[in-house]
Amino acid sequence: MKILVAVKRVIDYNVQIRVKEDGTGIVTENVKMSTNPPDDNAIEEAVKIKESGKATEVIAVTIGEEKAQETVRKALAVGADRGIHVKVDGVIEPIAVSKILQKIVDKEKPDLVFMGKQAIDDDCNQTGQMLSALLDWPQATFASKIDVKEGKLEVVREIDEGLETIEINTPAIVTCDLRLNEPRYASLPNIMKAKKKPIEQMNASDLGVDITPKIQQLKVEEPPKRKAGIKVSSVAELVQKLKNEAKVI
Amino acid sequence: MSVLLIAEHNNKELKSFTLNAVTAASKIDSDVHALVIGNNCGDAAKAASQLPLVKKVITVEAAHYENFLAENFAPVVIKLADNYSHIVCSANTFGKNLMPRIAAKLDTSQISDIIKVESPDTFVRPIYAGNAFATIKSTDAKKCITIRPTSFESCESSGGSAPIENADAGEEFSLTKFIKREEIKSDRPELGTARIVVSGGRGMQNGDNFKLITAIADKLNAAIGASRAAVDAGYISNDHQVGQTGKVVVPDLYIAVGISGAIQHLAGMKESKVIVAINKDGEAPIFSVADYGLEADLFEALPQFLEELNKLNTIQK
Repeated sequence: MKILVAVKRVIDYNVQIRVKEDGTGIVTENVKMSTNPPDDNAIEEAVKIKESGKATEVIAVTIGEEKAQETVRKALAVGADRGIHVKVDGVIEPIAVSKILQKIVDKEKPDLVFMGKQAIDDDCNQTGQMLSALLDWPQATFASKIDVKEGKLEVVREIDEGLETIEINTPAIVTCDLRLNEPRYASLPNIMKAKKKPIEQMNASDLGVDITPKIQQLKVEEPPKRKAGIKVSSVAELVQKLKNEAKVI
Repeated sequence: MSVLLIAEHNNKELKSFTLNAVTAASKIDSDVHALVIGNNCGDAAKAASQLPLVKKVITVEAAHYENFLAENFAPVVIKLADNYSHIVCSANTFGKNLMPRIAAKLDTSQISDIIKVESPDTFVRPIYAGNAFATIKSTDAKKCITIRPTSFESCESSGGSAPIENADAGEEFSLTKFIKREEIKSDRPELGTARIVVSGGRGMQNGDNFKLITAIADKLNAAIGASRAAVDAGYISNDHQVGQTGKVVVPDLYIAVGISGAIQHLAGMKESKVIVAINKDGEAPIFSVADYGLEADLFEALPQFLEELNKLNTIQK
């Protein structure tokens, strides 16, 4: 069984982002970048399945500028076998990403495609579902537990009401929640070994996919700031303030 | 131009966020049609027909719609899509799971989680965990949109009498099978719509200590929330998580207890009207968004809080 895992390079989750003064976007110069957090869970799960003997190969794919390759390299360092980097400069929307992934799936014929449930930059939460629509494959989104069975997966999904369990036939798409597993850190020897693993590079145009954005970003602004509050010195004071000043209890 | 609103329901009743989605849909165009897909969902369809903002209800019923699988729902919506300029749904786990499957088939770039309708093609949506608001314009002929329910008021739920039409069911998608749903039943107000939310974080130290939160929530008739750290640690179930990848809440009062305030948590609660933070670390980032901050050990503060509330002796509704 072959598992393809899609990973995205985003601004690190610990960075307090800044909006550009001219309102055209977010400051990305000299900002720490890393793998989208739930994509780390997707890689971890694929590697674990391979380690259990149920998969034979894990391929990490990313779509983005030259430096996005770092994200694939990191996946290789924690156990992916080889990488694919589809070079794209500038903004690429989930619909275009899913069309590119569809081309990669056509070529690689994986049994499973894993990715994070949502990217923490654009917060779209679309790509996995879109890819499964394009392929007419089953989808298991927001997965917090995966059991690999013969020709199928049993997946526990996190939904607003609690948990839902579904069974999907492979080939299938799974989008991963942060609670799916605990991603491992790459050891130094494995980081060195990963440098020798192959990463195939290609351009989106080589795949014949139109990636022209269909959404225009008119402006980006900071959300309204909350005005600074006060510190209270005791619980009694807090309750009085909530009752008499804020009038919420 | 008409808007197709995909209603979220449990086959008997509409989910409350459907009412917020109807309001958002009506800001795009007044001709809002509600689509109720389900199994024996006549009561939900009837409830949709009573919403004054809804002009028509379309129901599609079959046994394989019982459990709301996106693989079964998407073809139904796609078949009806020709008649509509916009397809709208709530951005909760139901809509997040379903809408991209529709948008991809329609070759449309979906617009997720809008908080404002500027015009029929221009919307505002939060990005980077709500640390920036982007105003975006869609150039697609047909627009697929999910709305953030807490950013739109609920619509009126009675007084309407829209006609109900039936449409044909599609085939079952046989490669995905529903097994079970474990819903956590509670008599408390729903987290997403509660007037008061009391949330606990890693500082609670274990699940048992959440009873301190429960006692306050009981007194205030509040919902119980949690940070991701508390859910990850197993103190409380995932349906309580507030934040970027959990639920977004906008209560009148949000009380954060033992929560440091990572940006991912703030993304889910910083629009609350009044925020209280109780934390023993005076430098915790949660204090930067709190209207009232109490630097204290929560294990001393929460019992005192309950005592003070008891002294007020008011009944919260």
